[in-house]
Amino acid sequence: MSYARRAAVVLWKDLLIEWRSKEQANALLFFCLLLLFLFQFALGPERDRLAAALPGLLWLGFILAGLLALGRSFLVERENDCWEALRLTPGDKSAIYLGKLLGNCVLMAAVEIILAVLFTVFYNVDLWAPAAPLALVMGLGTIGLAAVGTLFAAMTTQVRARELLFPVLLLPVQVPVLLATVSATQALLLGQPLADVAHWLKLLAGADVVYVTIGLLTFEFVLDG
Amino acid sequence: MITARELRKVYGSNCALDSVSLEVAGGECLALLGPNGAGKTTLLRILATLLRPTSGSLRVGDVDALRAPDRVRALIGMVAHGSHVYEDLTARENLRFWETLRSGDTAPARLLGALAQVELDGVADERVRTFSAGMKRRLGLARVLLGEARVLLLDEPFTGLDRRGRKWLNEFLLAFKARGGAAVVATHSFGGGLGVADRVAILGGGRLLLDRPAADLSPDALHRLYESLTDAIEGAP
Amino acid sequence: MIRALGWLAVLGLLAGLAAGFGYAPREAVQGNVQRIMYLHVPSVLTAYLAFGLVLLGSVAYLATRRAGWDRLAGSAGEIGVLFTGLTLVSGSIWGKPTWGTWWTWDARLTSTAVLFLVYVGYLMLRQLIEDADTRARYAAVVGILGAVNIPIVHFSVKWWRTLHQPSTILGPEPAPIDPAIGIALLVNWIAFTLLFAYFLSRRMEIARLEEQA
Repeated sequence: MSYARRAAVVLWKDLLIEWRSKEQANALLFFCLLLLFLFQFALGPERDRLAAALPGLLWLGFILAGLLALGRSFLVERENDCWEALRLTPGDKSAIYLGKLLGNCVLMAAVEIILAVLFTVFYNVDLWAPAAPLALVMGLGTIGLAAVGTLFAAMTTQVRARELLFPVLLLPVQVPVLLATVSATQALLLGQPLADVAHWLKLLAGADVVYVTIGLLTFEFVLDG
Repeated sequence: MITARELRKVYGSNCALDSVSLEVAGGECLALLGPNGAGKTTLLRILATLLRPTSGSLRVGDVDALRAPDRVRALIGMVAHGSHVYEDLTARENLRFWETLRSGDTAPARLLGALAQVELDGVADERVRTFSAGMKRRLGLARVLLGEARVLLLDEPFTGLDRRGRKWLNEFLLAFKARGGAAVVATHSFGGGLGVADRVAILGGGRLLLDRPAADLSPDALHRLYESLTDAIEGAP
Repeated sequence: MIRALGWLAVLGLLAGLAAGFGYAPREAVQGNVQRIMYLHVPSVLTAYLAFGLVLLGSVAYLATRRAGWDRLAGSAGEIGVLFTGLTLVSGSIWGKPTWGTWWTWDARLTSTAVLFLVYVGYLMLRQLIEDADTRARYAAVVGILGAVNIPIVHFSVKWWRTLHQPSTILGPEPAPIDPAIGIALLVNWIAFTLLFAYFLSRRMEIARLEEQA
């Protein structure tokens, strides 16, 4: 199956380059650590205020780290004009989008796990008890974020004022994902069962399907000439 | 192989290309001369289907490039300013990546063979970051070789190459022509590219000022013609 | 032809003003400030029409690559943002005397604000790309995503509101009990649609001339 192979080779290429250069991973890790301090300083030393804001802070952390990580996902293609070469490859371009999307999901997942662990350690919150349902919410939210983020990153890499335009485009579109994930996370952290947040999960799953589909269908127009 | 008619490219109020028509047959090499800003790169990018012209028509290998750019891309190999290689991958890994995207046939023997043709087989497993500019350029050519292109578009390929490199590239182009391929080499210097050219075209201010068989012109005559034509452009308002 | 449309729109607006201030009755609870609904509701409906046209133009451009569709999308996008802004401002003005605050995070206002932000981003993207073809393609992708996202935004915001706090704040649109209110609303809606059509035609004409220059 050539399509799967092509998507896989894009994923392989990105992970290999990231592994060898370690450019993003180190900086992102440090950024997560910084966020932790930032949130604490912004909310003051009282335990309760932080605890109440926790679901929001968690996802704010994911999104901020995501903005950095996703926004740069096509930067590697600018070096040596590889973007141009990608445009010249024949065949279904959506395989490239899929490969990039999977790579971004892997990167985002790593960041989220690290942030979750840091939250558990520094803010003394128990994320382990609702770990399984929380992982589901995180997974669905990440796919939504990465699906649109990958598409917009491909576009804004070529545009002036890239660093400004990317968040301006991505954040409003991601409002539903943010609302759904924070609401679901809050409910889960309060000990509510998964069934209580089923409607949010359905919304997320539906949104994910829509975003990935649009990404697959329109990526060739982003790449095309 | 390449038939371009009345190509125009307009950016806002700036006309980068104005009614450019040319033809390049299989086995022919066209040298595209012109000063910086003349539109050579724009023209090359349109021929490569990287840019859509504002108006005009283009056929490559008997395919309408504007209607079916993807089919045209399968025929084309381009070597431009960027070498189209990833710095953190090895030479072999780069070829493996691009060839998987293009055809899926990444037999190790094929990849090594392409590297051998550009004399990079010795450094097949070195990261590209350690390569010189000339080596990166050669790797880009290896990529194109694997692609079995019928049309080669080269943008200033001789810059940064030493004498040995130039000689090598000339031989490469001769072999390519002998196989029936069509090549367009854009250059602004008179050093490289003219040796293998069958036809010479001069682009100035977005317009085609000259299109003649290379045999018609001695190097001196060409030089003088080039100077006078480009001076006329620069003098004009 | 466009001229006639313009005059028709002016007539419609005058009729709408008359209907809103003269024909429709004074609302019992809120008083005269409720009349801003005749501006607020048609604005948001017109905005939705505009963004629907953005979706149409975007899909059509990607399918045909004809510049006219991109002009439609871009022009409709601009005017849509204008009317969305009008919706937000009129909603805010309505809210101040009614609820005592300039802004509230009720479902409809929030959804409209998100819509505004999405399409402002759309316009920013258009402005930052010089090459006409690239601009049209990228804008089309964002336009499609933004439009398809609208129902998703709508539901997420609605659930966010109702499941977090019991809503003690009334939506700014009491169901029109009095048919006169309904008629005044209809007249204004038609007038706004005419105005939109006029703006759109003019804007597309300007875009076409700009491209030819």
